[in-house]
Amino acid sequence: MAASETAGLRGPPIPKPPVHQQVLNSVPVAVAIYAVVIGLIVYGSFVGARNMGYNWQWYRVPQYLYSFTDDGFQWGEISVGLVATIRLSILSFALATALGLVVALLRLSGLVVGPAVAVAYLELIRNIPLLVLLYLFYYVLGPIFGLDRYVASILTLAVFHSALISEIFRAGINAVAVGQWEAAKSIGMSTGQAYRYIILPQSVRFMLPPMTGEMVHLIKSSAIVSVIAVAELTTIGRNIISDTYMSFEIWFTVAAVYMIVTLILSVGVSFLERKYTVDQ
Amino acid sequence: MSSRPIIEARNLDKFFGKFHALKDVSISVRQGERVVVCGPSGSGKSTLIRCFNALESHSSGTLVVDGIEVFEGSKDVRRLRQEVGMVFQQFNLFPHLTVLENLMIGPMKVRKVSRDQAEETARKYLDRVHIPEQAEKFPAQLSGGQQQRVAIARSLCMETRIMLFDEPTSALDPEMINEVLDVMVELAETGMTMVVVTHEMGFARKVADTMVFMEEGRIVEVAPPEQFFTAPSSDRCRMFLAQILEH
Repeated sequence: MAASETAGLRGPPIPKPPVHQQVLNSVPVAVAIYAVVIGLIVYGSFVGARNMGYNWQWYRVPQYLYSFTDDGFQWGEISVGLVATIRLSILSFALATALGLVVALLRLSGLVVGPAVAVAYLELIRNIPLLVLLYLFYYVLGPIFGLDRYVASILTLAVFHSALISEIFRAGINAVAVGQWEAAKSIGMSTGQAYRYIILPQSVRFMLPPMTGEMVHLIKSSAIVSVIAVAELTTIGRNIISDTYMSFEIWFTVAAVYMIVTLILSVGVSFLERKYTVDQ
Repeated sequence: MSSRPIIEARNLDKFFGKFHALKDVSISVRQGERVVVCGPSGSGKSTLIRCFNALESHSSGTLVVDGIEVFEGSKDVRRLRQEVGMVFQQFNLFPHLTVLENLMIGPMKVRKVSRDQAEETARKYLDRVHIPEQAEKFPAQLSGGQQQRVAIARSLCMETRIMLFDEPTSALDPEMINEVLDVMVELAETGMTMVVVTHEMGFARKVADTMVFMEEGRIVEVAPPEQFFTAPSSDRCRMFLAQILEH
């Protein structure tokens, strides 16, 4: 009896999904449905724009990216704005990373008040909207400490993103096996040396993917500083529109520029990730 | 063999929360002595030797290792650890560094010796553990036995005076145990002070000067190996030996 049960391992056949599901899940049908939906949205937008009498002027857009004048090649305003956005993002990200590391180390430290201070900081930052934080830095702390709009913008973005970055650091540090700490300590390393030579280098591979996400997030949220008229991509886009009334074309262009930058960033980091991969 | 004690523990107690891991443990290890500690799991063997290099801090009692009094928060802990090497069950090599870098980082960063000198020392000890050809590889490219030998060399590179082994062969495949034990036997022949937690009784018979049997946080029996293996005084120790020597 037992033998007959194990002799044939053929159980009942796994039932196939109903026919309509098989058809809907096949690649050509799925792609077709997707194309139709996207097509309808795009077509609808154009019809809507035409009905409201929108005058498309795409031919006027390239001059805002670059132009050839008698002086030769020149970057357009949007390109200049992009450079400003990148600069703002890099400065903010560097500061956010430094702040985040300090907060993470505070939280992991054995100090009496360290973890409490870190948690209070995190909760404070996480529960204030970015826009309100910007207003606080610019309209409240700005006059008190004499911060100009650019410094206020950098501080806002850095402080806001340092909260998430500190959590990324903390998770990355905790992901390194406890045996690594013990091995580092057992050859006489101080806590600082263990962090620097043993723990942090191994945390990098855990931290790279979420840190990339955070950098992308920061670049996008940097657009918010346009409300205090810091000259960057979004502000410049708005200025061009108030001069030319080409709001559709310029907003499309600005969105595309943000997308291209963040996509390039993501691809670049995936190369880095491969470099930092270590087998355990 | 000098008779000066290099490890002197008196009435050590250790609690993990409510768990009483070490109960009034006193033990003294002379310079050059080879001590093998055995006992059932959870008996406090690992906790005891982890106290010796302050990876665990004892709750009460006194512990003096190589003339340094060990207690929680002592400023001398790092100096102590430079004199006391530790080999772990799970090797704990640094996976992001090559074998050579694993051996060099301690001397360079802790002892502040030059890179050239650190490399010379590293290659010397890599020779000693019979894997000079693996210097440029990463730990993950080595077998378990090779990794454990690198871990031994890493401790030796710190020119330690005492070596602690925390079940060094328990995580190894059977065919790799002997290559690690051979290295340990050779190390014992150099006169190194060794405290080894292990169930490898063949190794114990070969090198141990003193056998220690622990159970439930207490040292139950301390005896030279001949007496320990032939005529243990406690019943519990006899039962334990019967169990592990059966195979």
